[in-house]
Amino acid sequence: MSMPEKSRREPKFHIVKRSSIVWWKAWLVRVAAVAAALVVCALITVVLTGKNPIGVYATMIDGALGTKRRVWSLLQNVAMLLCVSLAVTPAFKMRFWNIGAEGQVLAGGLATAACMILLGNRMPSSLLIVVMAAASIAAGALWAVIPALFRARWNTNETLFTLMMNYIAIQLVSFFTYKWSVPKGSGQIGVINRETKAGWLPAVFGSDYLLNILIVAGLTVFLYVYLRYSKHGYEIEVVGESENTARYIGINVKKVIVRTMLLSGAICGIAGLLLVGGTDHTITRDIAAGRGFTAIMVSWLAKFNPLYMILTSFLIVFLQKGAVEISTIFGLNDSFSDILTGIIIFFIIGSEFFISYSIRRSGLKKGEKAA
Amino acid sequence: MIAAFIQRAVVQGIPLLFGSTGEIITEKSGNLNLGIPGIMYVGGISGVIGAFLYEHSLPSPESINPFLAVAIPMLSCVLGSLLMGLLYAFLTVTLRANQNVTGLALTTFGTGFGNFFGGSLIKLVKTDMPSISLTATSGCFRQTLPFADKLGWFGDIFLSYSFLAYLAVILALVSSFVLNHTWVGLRLRAVGEDPTTADAAGISVGRYKYFATCIGSVIAGMGGLYYVMDYACGVWSNDGFGDRGWLAIALVIFAVWKPNMSILGSILFGGLFIVHNYIQSLGVSIQEIFKMLPYVVTIIVLVIVSMRKRRESQPPAHLGLPYFREER
Amino acid sequence: MGATAAVELRHITKTFGSVVANKDVSLTVNRGEILSVLGENGSGKTTLMNMISGIYFPDDGQILIDGKEVVIRSPKDAFDFKIGMIYQHFKLVDVFSAAENIVLGSGEKGRFNIRRSAKRVKEISEQYGFEIDPMKKIYEMSVSEKQTVEIIKVLYRGADILILDEPTAVLTPQETQKLFRVLRRMRDDGKAIIIITHKLHEVLSLSDRVSVLRKGEYVGTVMTAETNEAELTEMMVGKKISLNIDRGEPKDPEDRLVVDHVNCVSRDGVQLLSDVSFTARSGEILGIAGIAGSGQRELLEAIAGLQHLENGEILYRNPQTGSTDNLRDKTPLQIRELGVRLSFVPEDRLGMGLVGNMDIVDNMMLRSYRKGKSFFLERKEPKGLADRIIEQLEVVTPDVNTPVRRLSGGNVQKVLVGREIAASPTVLMAAYPVRGLDINSSYLIYNLLNQQKEKGVAVIFVGEDLDVLLELCDRILVIGSGQVTGILDARSATKEQIGLLMTKTNGGDACEHA
Repeated sequence: MSMPEKSRREPKFHIVKRSSIVWWKAWLVRVAAVAAALVVCALITVVLTGKNPIGVYATMIDGALGTKRRVWSLLQNVAMLLCVSLAVTPAFKMRFWNIGAEGQVLAGGLATAACMILLGNRMPSSLLIVVMAAASIAAGALWAVIPALFRARWNTNETLFTLMMNYIAIQLVSFFTYKWSVPKGSGQIGVINRETKAGWLPAVFGSDYLLNILIVAGLTVFLYVYLRYSKHGYEIEVVGESENTARYIGINVKKVIVRTMLLSGAICGIAGLLLVGGTDHTITRDIAAGRGFTAIMVSWLAKFNPLYMILTSFLIVFLQKGAVEISTIFGLNDSFSDILTGIIIFFIIGSEFFISYSIRRSGLKKGEKAA
Repeated sequence: MIAAFIQRAVVQGIPLLFGSTGEIITEKSGNLNLGIPGIMYVGGISGVIGAFLYEHSLPSPESINPFLAVAIPMLSCVLGSLLMGLLYAFLTVTLRANQNVTGLALTTFGTGFGNFFGGSLIKLVKTDMPSISLTATSGCFRQTLPFADKLGWFGDIFLSYSFLAYLAVILALVSSFVLNHTWVGLRLRAVGEDPTTADAAGISVGRYKYFATCIGSVIAGMGGLYYVMDYACGVWSNDGFGDRGWLAIALVIFAVWKPNMSILGSILFGGLFIVHNYIQSLGVSIQEIFKMLPYVVTIIVLVIVSMRKRRESQPPAHLGLPYFREER
Repeated sequence: MGATAAVELRHITKTFGSVVANKDVSLTVNRGEILSVLGENGSGKTTLMNMISGIYFPDDGQILIDGKEVVIRSPKDAFDFKIGMIYQHFKLVDVFSAAENIVLGSGEKGRFNIRRSAKRVKEISEQYGFEIDPMKKIYEMSVSEKQTVEIIKVLYRGADILILDEPTAVLTPQETQKLFRVLRRMRDDGKAIIIITHKLHEVLSLSDRVSVLRKGEYVGTVMTAETNEAELTEMMVGKKISLNIDRGEPKDPEDRLVVDHVNCVSRDGVQLLSDVSFTARSGEILGIAGIAGSGQRELLEAIAGLQHLENGEILYRNPQTGSTDNLRDKTPLQIRELGVRLSFVPEDRLGMGLVGNMDIVDNMMLRSYRKGKSFFLERKEPKGLADRIIEQLEVVTPDVNTPVRRLSGGNVQKVLVGREIAASPTVLMAAYPVRGLDINSSYLIYNLLNQQKEKGVAVIFVGEDLDVLLELCDRILVIGSGQVTGILDARSATKEQIGLLMTKTNGGDACEHA
């Protein structure tokens, strides 16, 4: 009575979504991924430079932390990357793909620069800084809310819309850098208010960078609390997890989308303010330096948790600084750091698979569950 | 004057056409590959590396073999962009990683890769060449039809381009045909629209996604090659390619996911990109405003498409989402 | 019966974990015959058919095609045996035309020529009397047109054994008649047809023989000509089972919620609710019985402010103020602001009622987080509530901070029902609250509903098990195809009565009354 062949048609392995994973296991996977990535990075560096791997790491550490100046510069860069990462996070938690942070930062920076140039000598510096802050926040928020309104009203694809807004912002900045260029026609603005220092954010405890770092630290705490302990943050999470549930409990989904993007853009605007008013004192079209895109990876790698973001943005900036040092010493090109960053991110993205899914050998009965 | 403008617009548009054709094919499988800008860089630099090594091995630039001079960079370009496509497909299809993050990482990596080798190639092979200037190879790529310049404006507009430009147009037309008039195209579109249905119809969703992504990457990579070898006359300059990769993604939207539309679109974008050079008495600063045009036009198209809700001009329904057949 | 059967199932058994979906089922279908497989929801009809179409593989038993034992391991194997199944959930690409969808999975070789394919589609439809435009896009089609496409898809691949899973569930009576004409033509053409259904009158009007399943077990097969509705109903529902639910008489019932001539139309223009009227009273449980998808969900969502009403009113009599409020087209938030204490346990627990990735405490807050003027959330009270629910309802969880999606189905439901009851509602609506739950959890839920009733809450309970409805509820509203087909006193009604009302489609009658 038995069947001629009763073999199952299942493949040898199949992939099952994990229902849960112990936190330390998840972190073990991530640390392993970073370690593997560092090994690969070292190998590539060794092949290109011929130096021994330990020397490579030493050079990287030296490049990132070797001198006091480097440490400050590292911290400043971490702060700026972190700031933009914080900005995109509420949007991402809502599953709104804001990849327009680059443009939103530029909009904020441009507003800051405009205030410094146009109002520079007409009001006291302290008042000017307040105006700059307001203008940059408004500009960043405006740049972010446009795609949000269209998404809320017509469900226009926000990924592509915010992406395009970046380039409009870049061209707008280009336009103004020509318009305000010093000397005329050079296409560069140069340091704004070099003599009067009007609108320059003040140095704190003798450090030009400390104020930026403190502001971003404040923002980090604010955002952590906002997302975790505020009613707004709660609504963002519900909308992101399930719009159906949001409607069921009476959340106005459109309102939440617009409000959250206003916040996201406003923080980008602050990043623009800090870059232009705090450190660079000028504006160029490259001032955001790709942070708008890197921030997406930082935020995602940190699982949208502002505190973890300190770690991930540090990791990325550290790599960049270290790689720049390697390239300087060996006469290579700065872009080496982008290659290393890319590799690290590939490994971490890949490792997430092993956290969310487990690979099981077939033959287990349906009822049995893997740990 | 107008002939010259159109000609320049076409030359500007060709890299975008390669990029957008590649991205359309990829997106039709449901993969939103934001790594295209990086892939185009990799395509360009891989071709440069191939050409550089070949030229470097020659005793003198005159002894160049035109066939090898074209074939070697082409092959290395294909190889480079194929590897990038494979990486994207492996991460997003096999490992189900987030497509946006993977794509952006690929762009970071690819742009860095291009600029790194562009800047360090000479150093690495320790030659005495002053810079990467592959004029001999570029000469082979830039061969045009011999009688083109004898036909006046007609020749200028239609016949004055190198073979890669025609290849771009042909690839766009072929893709358009394949997508709409073949079994493969039908199945590919089904995968991007509704992978569950495609799966139920016996189509291997993963395989189609892999193939579409890889073929798309290779085509996009050629846009980078065209830029260096033809547009830039074989001179690699870092960041010279600029944001053309993103413009190619914009073009996909403009062309409402139709490769034949992107032929016209690419020329239009190329024209918008350089129109400021052709309007007299335009200040330098205003020129920058004009460079905004392609992006503004794209946003307008995006908004109109979403407002009209015409089903045929929407992005593939499953664009950007991973597909995972749940175990029952 | 000289001819060999097209399909013969012998002693098929299929289990999922500990659940027995089919137990020792045998049936046959011949060529040139329509066989109905009749059974209630959850009686294992679809599982059984899925084994013929290669989705599942039986644990035990044999499948014979044309008298030969076969192994069907995949849908592709099923195609090779010319078996085609038409599912309840259409698998069609929306932006494709009918013809494109039809050829998509056909595995056809050779040059792709959609016009030629369209011509063949046209031929097939003419042969059987379908009316379809092969070049029409799916998204422009009505449900019945989509179903036609599904059927032609199967015929196009050359199937001569067709299985239709609840094909009339989504059709109007007129469309149903049209479908039946087509099916009869196919039968006369020598095809073997199996139709899964629970609508008795359809069985009687269409099929040649009927096989009945009950709770996964094979009850028997009868010739349609030799049976009647009463016999089939008894075979389908079985004898009455006693559940021993302690049902008290409603205390001082007063009208709490009056639903008056409500009409609801879906975005695609399908009538979801037509002219629904009833009253829910305090201190009683109003049961809603009906075949799945007859409008139960839409009805509850309309009351909860999640469905737009074409017309009609939903009136709430507030026991505190004595005033009457119209809830029509109000958002859930506005309803709450009116002081209406309406609790709703939706069918989709993790997709609507709860957020799977949030922990129990945060899920408690869904209803109450807005309370107070503070910008910040107040987690102390929800935490207390979560602790109370875990203790009182015996929720099995590592702690209150466990994401609810990690809990088992019964525990998820306890969390959801617990939260909704904690809001001390005056109206409590629960859609399929015991679906997928084990016996103990189910009884816990029944007792909770009973307690609410005793507290004077107007409880509306959508259920599928008729035995439970009859023992738990005070009155039972029967809904069929979006219409109220009857309201019965649960103490005197019988299963057969309800079964008849459930399967009655007012199609013809309704037109006369209207």
